[in-house]
Amino acid sequence: MNKSASDTIAAIGTKPGEAAIGIIRLSGNKSVKLTEKIFRQKNRKKISQMKTFSMTYGYIVDKKEEMIDEVIITLMKKPKSYTKEDVVEINCHGGMAAADKILELCIKNGARIAEPGEFTKRAFLNGRIDLSQAEAVIDLIRSKTEQSLKVAANNIKGIVKDRIEELRKRILDVLVELEASIDFIEEDLEVTPYEVLEKNVIEIQKSIDELINDEKRGEIIKNGIKVAIVGKPNVGKSSLLNVLARKERAIVTHIPGTTRDAVEEILYIEGIPLIIADTAGIRKSKNIIEKIGVKKSFEYISKSELVILVMDGNTQIDDNDCEIVEELQGKNIIICLNKIDLKQITSKKEINKKFKLNDIIEISAKKNIGIDKLEKKIKTLVLGEEEFNIESKIIVNNRQKNILLDASGMLKHAIKAMKLKMSEEFPSSDLKLAYNLLGEITGQTTTNEILDGIFGKFCVGK
Amino acid sequence: MNFEDVTKIKYDVIVVGAGHAGCEAALACARLGFKTLILTINLDKVALMPCNPAIGGVGKTNLVLELDAMGGQMAKTADKTLIQLRVLNRSKGPAVQALRAQIDKKEYEIEMKKVMENTSNLTLRQGIVNKIIFEKGIIAGVSLESGIIFNGKAVIITTGTFLRGRIIIGNKDYEAGRMGEYPAMNLTYNLKELGFIMDRFQTATPPRVDKKTIDFLKMFIQPGENIPMSFSFWNSKKVYDNIPSYLTYTNEKTHNIIRENIDKSPIRSGMVKTHGPRHCPSIDRKVINFEHKKRHPVFVEPEGKYTNEMYLQGLTTSMPTDIQQLLVNSVAGLEDAKIIRPGYAVEYDFLLPNQLNHTLESKLLENLYFAGQINGTSGYEEAAAQGFVAGVNAALKLAGQHPLILKRSNSYIGVLIDDLITKELYEPYRMYTSRSEYRLLLRPDNADNRLTKIGFDIGLIKNSDYEKVIKKQQKIESLIEMLGEYTINPDEHNNEFLKAIGTSTIDTSTSIYKLLKRPEVKIDNIFKYFFENKGADNIKTYNDNYDKDILEQTEINIKYKGYIEREMLGIKRMGKIEGHKIRKNIDYFKIKGLTFEAQEKLSKYLPETLGQASRIAGVSPADISILMIFLK
Repeated sequence: MNKSASDTIAAIGTKPGEAAIGIIRLSGNKSVKLTEKIFRQKNRKKISQMKTFSMTYGYIVDKKEEMIDEVIITLMKKPKSYTKEDVVEINCHGGMAAADKILELCIKNGARIAEPGEFTKRAFLNGRIDLSQAEAVIDLIRSKTEQSLKVAANNIKGIVKDRIEELRKRILDVLVELEASIDFIEEDLEVTPYEVLEKNVIEIQKSIDELINDEKRGEIIKNGIKVAIVGKPNVGKSSLLNVLARKERAIVTHIPGTTRDAVEEILYIEGIPLIIADTAGIRKSKNIIEKIGVKKSFEYISKSELVILVMDGNTQIDDNDCEIVEELQGKNIIICLNKIDLKQITSKKEINKKFKLNDIIEISAKKNIGIDKLEKKIKTLVLGEEEFNIESKIIVNNRQKNILLDASGMLKHAIKAMKLKMSEEFPSSDLKLAYNLLGEITGQTTTNEILDGIFGKFCVGK
Repeated sequence: MNFEDVTKIKYDVIVVGAGHAGCEAALACARLGFKTLILTINLDKVALMPCNPAIGGVGKTNLVLELDAMGGQMAKTADKTLIQLRVLNRSKGPAVQALRAQIDKKEYEIEMKKVMENTSNLTLRQGIVNKIIFEKGIIAGVSLESGIIFNGKAVIITTGTFLRGRIIIGNKDYEAGRMGEYPAMNLTYNLKELGFIMDRFQTATPPRVDKKTIDFLKMFIQPGENIPMSFSFWNSKKVYDNIPSYLTYTNEKTHNIIRENIDKSPIRSGMVKTHGPRHCPSIDRKVINFEHKKRHPVFVEPEGKYTNEMYLQGLTTSMPTDIQQLLVNSVAGLEDAKIIRPGYAVEYDFLLPNQLNHTLESKLLENLYFAGQINGTSGYEEAAAQGFVAGVNAALKLAGQHPLILKRSNSYIGVLIDDLITKELYEPYRMYTSRSEYRLLLRPDNADNRLTKIGFDIGLIKNSDYEKVIKKQQKIESLIEMLGEYTINPDEHNNEFLKAIGTSTIDTSTSIYKLLKRPEVKIDNIFKYFFENKGADNIKTYNDNYDKDILEQTEINIKYKGYIEREMLGIKRMGKIEGHKIRKNIDYFKIKGLTFEAQEKLSKYLPETLGQASRIAGVSPADISILMIFLK
């Protein structure tokens, strides 16, 4: 038996783009166990106990048991499957976001990303199809790639390639200088000073980080971020949500503790989808139901990327406010000082002084005052100060982002070596890794670019 | 023994050519107990250095030391005949440091010939080989132009630039292997008849001038090191003769002479059409390609102790001799210099090395090996390394043993051979450290640790030498372990010392090992302070056991560890497919999914493993996946 067939491979089986469903396919002897780790269903039946060629409904969760997507699982036990191995197909919602995340989970749990044509390869290896069939499948795969390459000229993919090529070129320029001063030390070469090269590497690393950041911001624009509205009871959380949503949704009463569950809304603020929730008011209570609500609020807070903390300007800051702020340590927070239409007992200054928090907006949810300011604040906190126009940005995909993250780490390592004035071969080692890594995005293979660069640039030779 | 008897001897291995590749090949075979014959066109030119009088340099040093670690000859003979030894890249890390030895050329030839003459199983003979002889399709020996036939089971071709050699000076050209030597015309036709594909390269050498006619006061002196050193791992270190070289520069006058006479330069007149090495351009080309450069360096190097000939490194040209004289005289210090030998270019046939296996045996014919400049390389060191590998493999095959296949991950020699076999060759190949993806690991300083075992297993390293390496390694490892366990306290005294040696202070108890990871902390300082001054008894007793070499190696090991691990991590991705064998006789044009370019390139290079296939330019990762499917 072939040794490479022992590991479990995974890939997204549906083509990228808008579609009703996405399919992640797993093949290998760990595919069932692996799916069990990330799949939850009501009756807690194990996938391994399912019949072959049967389906089951449930949802995929991440490490924190947070739901990623509702899915349908199809099981095809070996040997009666495409690859003659245990195959699991996860049908999730369409669009690449869900499928990408589920694939990532599979990889984190021990699967390996399948190479192009690898399922077919296994089918062939395990004797299910013969060579001509395998070749036919590969023909198909290749023709698709060629088509998509043609299309790529005008689409984002092509731009990504150009951008990565440009980054590689900039790394190569530094490598040429570093390598020239190593291999041609006996020559009288005028190589660029080390400090200048260090600056160049810092610039390249910044450019890579920008791409990563754009990916993150692009992700936000595509999939939204979770926002929690929190505060002690009856400070106006639900009113704020309503005014943001411009419709009555949550139950708004003046009786403290009326919002029991976190109510999720998706609303667009300045073009950003916010998955926003009005949580139960947080205070010390002996009421069991209210306690559950408070617990849920904290859970929700921990999952949120942005927290809007509402305080009542008409009352004094009390222990409950302080405790909430305490709980929010390390979070991205905007404080809404509500009810400014009423008599001000607590001021912006006071809050600022007490909690050392700067993003404080004075509003009246009831009278719709200061809401515009709040919306602008949300936008700058989420996307940054500068205008973010997704059409003008290069948005890399998940795989590319991961490569960029690795490359950025390598460049940081190179910069560290350069700062320490270590000799050229040290930063060069990391720069070469980053150079080759970026080549994985563009599919470029390395040959003799560095030496060609040296001979092109310097007068070498005795 | 009369003449006829000699030709009746059945040799195991016949080496054709006694240059740097041939000498190493023949010595390896003979030392392994195989009856070996080495043939040369001229027995007075054994191990000749036709170009620069030096061995070593960045990247090349690794080759020489790797050869040395496995039982090669070059470094030992260099030590015996060098007249100056220098360390290059001293300010950089040990991975890219290198030795450069100025050699007394004549002495080197004499020494190498002496070694060969005194090696049992080895016979030297003069003669021009014109044909490889077969018996029932199997290699049976070689025949000479004179008609004599020598019988041999394996043949190693190391003919350098001699195959259809053509010398060019100005508008004159004539057939010659090197200046003043016969070419080998018929052997190249024979190889083509046998089905080998040959191509043509060009290389050139500068004029030599008479030392008495040079004004050294106008030049910068370039002395060697005055500290005990040696090239070979097996020789004890000593301070060598230190005959200096000199540095001067070309100037606008030189460049104008070239510009005015450029139509007479063979590169312009069309006398030379083939590719030459980019690392060794003629001064003509340098002036044309780098117009803005005001001066080019010229190193004036002695050719030996007993001669007045001086080599003008940097003034390579094959202009007509009268122009060469003008050129030389335009350079500071060379105003009155007299040319003794003019520079010239030589064009020669070489074998496209993709026709070889990693053992340097040809894919086409069993027991026929090629090594050295005939494989499209340049440099004595590159040649010697290949000669050794070809010789060892010829012997191992005759003995029915596993071949010696060096890997990219264990040696520069492995890189050299893999590059030759899998990469397109556009110019004579020279080694650089940047060619190795394992540069931090494959250092000159640890070549013994990397390769002596291989040399020992083959049978070319003495037991006592091998034990020396093992002992050294054990000492290094135990010292590293100890330094990891020995911690120092963050007291005022220690911190003051750390400040004094330019590193940051510590606030928790820290091991010496950890301190040594800092680039600015040197083992010499720290050893002295913590072990000698502090009287750490248990360590002090050891201290006497650790010579400079051990301390150096320990420090390098500790400092490099993190970086080497990073280097390995990046290479790991490759590892999976690297060793995956590709079976022979594949018709790549019948594999449907491959691109046409990949089909062509794979058919041309016939890679032995998927790793090699993946390094061929034009073969994409997608092609590799398809190949994988096909292979299963």
